[in-house]
Amino acid sequence: MKKFLASSVFLLVFAAYAVYQNFGNASTIYTAQPNTSVPSQQTPDSGAVAEVTPSPSQTPVQTEPGQTTPVPVTTPTPTPTPIPTPTPIPTPTPAPQGQYVNGTYTGDAANAYYGNVQVQVTVSDGKIADVQFLQYPSDRSTSRYINSQAMPILTSEAIQTQTAQVNGVSGASDTSAAFQQSLSSALSQAQS
Amino acid sequence: MRETRDIMGMPVSVEIVDTSAAQESLAKAFDYFTYIDQTFSTYKEESEMSRINRGEILASEYSADMRLILGLAEETKKLTNGYFDIRTPDGSIDPSGIVKGWAINNVADLLRSLGHQSFYVEAGGDIQTGGNNTEGKEWRIGIRNPFDRTQIVKVVFPHGRGIATSGTAIRGGHIYDPHTKRAVAANVASLSVIGPNVYEADRYATAAFAMGEKGISFIENMDGFEGYQIDAKGIATMTNGFNQYTYDQKD
Repeated sequence: MKKFLASSVFLLVFAAYAVYQNFGNASTIYTAQPNTSVPSQQTPDSGAVAEVTPSPSQTPVQTEPGQTTPVPVTTPTPTPTPIPTPTPIPTPTPAPQGQYVNGTYTGDAANAYYGNVQVQVTVSDGKIADVQFLQYPSDRSTSRYINSQAMPILTSEAIQTQTAQVNGVSGASDTSAAFQQSLSSALSQAQS
Repeated sequence: MRETRDIMGMPVSVEIVDTSAAQESLAKAFDYFTYIDQTFSTYKEESEMSRINRGEILASEYSADMRLILGLAEETKKLTNGYFDIRTPDGSIDPSGIVKGWAINNVADLLRSLGHQSFYVEAGGDIQTGGNNTEGKEWRIGIRNPFDRTQIVKVVFPHGRGIATSGTAIRGGHIYDPHTKRAVAANVASLSVIGPNVYEADRYATAAFAMGEKGISFIENMDGFEGYQIDAKGIATMTNGFNQYTYDQKD
């Protein structure tokens, strides 16, 4: 009888756990919605990365890695601050409101190690309104899939720059150079 | 001695710590990478891969390595619930997502067969080490800051296993969704995976990265794999066994 009771309790607990797991799955499915908005001027949490600072510049093409997103989003309200011109050669005439001619421009496909990056830029009100990827390296792109497994409990930490000497560095191959290359060629077509 | 060459469109480094016949072995290692590039590159018009994509070769005429890679890619696609796919939106085959880790691993095997115990083999940020570094210590590998490629944000000791990182390398990055042909904002900036060898680490890093925020959970649920995922805000999430790789076992 004791064994029977123990088994019953065990089964009940297991059933409760299974229900809990299913519930957990359901909730994680809903949280897995991709964020389709383009992040603007995203910065790591303060103190997370010492030397990554947001740039106040609205310059659409960042030539240095690790600064702001190369995909600026038009702000709904015009900012009172002057917009620095991205052209390396200073022009005597002030930059007009909006630096680019409205339209949609397709950049050249640029080699990004294992595939091409090609972007299409939409300019509206003289500003970049949207950047679409027409091509992206295929090993980074597959269909979205909702994981049916339970979410494990994992620990997190803010990343911090390390000064230790290392023998090698593991990192994603740099597609940003190719992105900027394609973006630049698209924007050169949009120059007013 | 370490040598770095630009092969397969990426920096490829091989270091052999033992001095005996190291130069000869380095040459063999780079010869192999060059062969891989010439066979599987989608950029070289005369590669077997390009000829297959142009429909110039019958399936029965594929080389043994080509058949092997296509088989491994198919297996990986099944193991990752379709997340790993070498078929591009236009229907052509781009095997680079599986060839890189496989080639690095084969070079590591080659070096072992040539009698080298201590070595470092890297292609485009994916690494297989063996033995010790020139100081007689464990190989120390940095995980690159996805927001600043001049920085590292973690130091790991792979203990002879393989490490590979997938990421966007684009600030405020995007993942291209081939079904909608749109870029969606990526909440994950990079995912580094340590696995039994660099081939395993690479293919699962690639697949798990494409899963977005759930990628690290996928890795957590896999035996023999650990991961370090950095989100778009600079917060890293690690698998529960990851810390076994954050210290030198010999110290």
